[in-house]
Amino acid sequence: MRFRVERNEFTDAVSWTARTLPQRPTGQLQVLSGLMLGTTDDGVRLSAFDYEVAAEATVPAAMADTGSALVPGRLLAEITRALPAAPIDVEADANRLVLTCGSTRFTLPLLPVEDYPDLPAMPDEVGRIEGAAFAAAVSQVVVAAGRDETLPVLTAVRIEIAGERLILAATDRYRLAVREMPWRPLEAAASAAALIPSRTLNETAKALGAAGAEVVIALGGGFAGESLAGFAGGARRTTTRLVEGQFPDYRRLLPASCPLEAFIDGATLAEAVKRVRLVAAGTSPVRMQLSAGEVVLEAGSQQEAQAREALPIDYDGPDLTVAFNHGYLLDGLSAVESDMVRVGFASADDPQESARKPVILQGKVGDGAETDYRYLLMPVRLPE
Amino acid sequence: MTRGNAVGRPGRGHDDATCPILHVDMDAFYASVELRLRPELRGRPVIVGGSGSRGVVLSATYEARAHGVRSAMPMLRARRLCPAAEVIPPDFNTYVQVSRGVMEIFRSMTPLVEPLSLDEAFLDVRGARRLLGRPAQIGELIRARVQDEQSITCSVGVAPSKFVAKLASSRCKPDGLLVVPRDEVIGFLHPLPVSALWGVGERTEEHLARLGLRTVGDLAGVPVATLQRALGPAVGAHLSDLAWGRDPRRVTPSEPDKSIGSEETFPHDVDDPEHIHRELLRLSERTAARLREQGYVGRTVSVKVRFADFTTLTRARTLREPTDVGQAVYSAARALFDGLNLQRARLRLVGVRMEGLIPGSRQPHQLMLGERDSGWREAEQAVDRASRRFGPGAVRPATLVRVPRPD
Repeated sequence: MRFRVERNEFTDAVSWTARTLPQRPTGQLQVLSGLMLGTTDDGVRLSAFDYEVAAEATVPAAMADTGSALVPGRLLAEITRALPAAPIDVEADANRLVLTCGSTRFTLPLLPVEDYPDLPAMPDEVGRIEGAAFAAAVSQVVVAAGRDETLPVLTAVRIEIAGERLILAATDRYRLAVREMPWRPLEAAASAAALIPSRTLNETAKALGAAGAEVVIALGGGFAGESLAGFAGGARRTTTRLVEGQFPDYRRLLPASCPLEAFIDGATLAEAVKRVRLVAAGTSPVRMQLSAGEVVLEAGSQQEAQAREALPIDYDGPDLTVAFNHGYLLDGLSAVESDMVRVGFASADDPQESARKPVILQGKVGDGAETDYRYLLMPVRLPE
Repeated sequence: MTRGNAVGRPGRGHDDATCPILHVDMDAFYASVELRLRPELRGRPVIVGGSGSRGVVLSATYEARAHGVRSAMPMLRARRLCPAAEVIPPDFNTYVQVSRGVMEIFRSMTPLVEPLSLDEAFLDVRGARRLLGRPAQIGELIRARVQDEQSITCSVGVAPSKFVAKLASSRCKPDGLLVVPRDEVIGFLHPLPVSALWGVGERTEEHLARLGLRTVGDLAGVPVATLQRALGPAVGAHLSDLAWGRDPRRVTPSEPDKSIGSEETFPHDVDDPEHIHRELLRLSERTAARLREQGYVGRTVSVKVRFADFTTLTRARTLREPTDVGQAVYSAARALFDGLNLQRARLRLVGVRMEGLIPGSRQPHQLMLGERDSGWREAEQAVDRASRRFGPGAVRPATLVRVPRPD
């Protein structure tokens, strides 16, 4: 195998695929520490696989000789990042790979290609969506995904396909983020749902979105009958195993109506929360006292440091005190797409009820228009 | 030297101003507490401990000790030594309550109280002199109040340093008080066997015996450099200091009860995960009930397992918020246990413990989506009320109903 590639394109592609390399490959999995290079009609294909996720990127190359080589992946990634700005020449024989860039030359040992597992094929396409919009939507919902590996279902983002609507949802049981958006299904009546590991989805969507291409979403099965999802855009694609299990029936949790609403500038509120939370130790909550026209934020306790800040708010309901985990509140405020945030409470006249039922954060939209993003947040119950 | 119960009363011209450190030790603590409820057993040998085939002696009255019964001895052996002994299962909740009462008495004398366990503590009373009198008088005051308020006896060692005070209390047990003023420390220490010194275990004792050193006085006669060559620099210097009564450790007040837990030795080794889960549930409920009773919430759940071969593992997990709810403790304990992947290994003991305790049962609680207004906490509080009226175990989780209660 012998080819010449452009330095930056190659470095980007190597870095991106190398992120999928397993963190600690041991024993039989040693071979997975390798990054596979192979020649195709379109250029050089780079692939990495950790048995859960497979990543592939193709870089245009001037091909002198076809073939494939399995090289130590992390080392290759470090080397390419350090190379000078000059075209890269790569040549591999049965035992070693020689990489030349300007006057720099690296010689790397090879791993046995024949031991490398077959990568899962890209499943069948279900539809397409604009890459940047998809990345933005994914970033809005992953904030609510769980991180507790003992509850794997909650570490996933649920992707639901309902004809021309794509619905993303994630919850860690304390909050729930749902985003609906139009997309272009291959079949108008398409209907499917899949649980995608949230970290993989977020990284993939970001990388594909940054490339500015259209993203193909694919669902199907792998060699061993495992369920897979695939995301492809431009010259990159990722397949991932799905998370198995039953996602909570989240629609049941979304309130049918919002009897009491407040409107506040999201960025201003977020700034104030970031200030007062400086005195909130650990998971100690931030309290919000709403009264007509004003919200007072408080954190801390009498024995410890305390903070207080008052902000104007568009609110005319009863006096109401509600407390939140400040991290969860900030996640929601940063995810709402508009400057003005609509805060919905459960009861118009019972402040107790509003303080212990989910609060909903949404962008403010005109009358009758449907909002695309909803962030449902459970309050913190304060000791009586 | 003054022996409270035998050799005169303290405070009669003895120089106890030089010995502000008190070591207070309850006499046969668990057994004495049990005797309060069963006075008819007074004067008889009584043993507190598990009565099953694998139980051990936790505490024994002096009548039982006269037969050779000792703490930590297997119960079977203790019964052979003293067949007439009454064996009583332990009731830790009561011991904890009595201990808190006793520690409160100590803290009413001086803030410098360093509890060593439920039944012993060091006190530094040098600041209490003007208010309460000389150290020996304070010692007698403590003994009188403990007797009065808790109906148990204790022994008090009064000395210039912690280790001499502890030796002194052990030399006047039961129900005594011994003052060792500064100028009598050497005379008190030197006749004692080397094993009396803190840090001298069986091996060091043998080592010293080979060198011909049997008493503390022998040890004091050896130059420190020689001891250091024989025992190593640190141990040699330490023993030389102790032999001359030098112990610079201060009384450091610490909060007692920084963790609350409960463990169970199975009557037979168990490998059935369901059985172990049930036991974890029972221990979690018990631990949480004790947290609620003492007004604490805990942040970290730890699980201990001991295998048939006595290897012991512990695993801990910190919760997202402190809790006193048995179900929350149980779900973490169970996850920790399941995470060990034991593949039906044979277990001898399991334990559940809550650490990172903070006072105040009412903590902010992050509600969960779909959570009901009144949850496990309210249910468990109702159980507490039922237990207070009808006795422990009156209400318990259904999975525990058919488990035979341990003795």
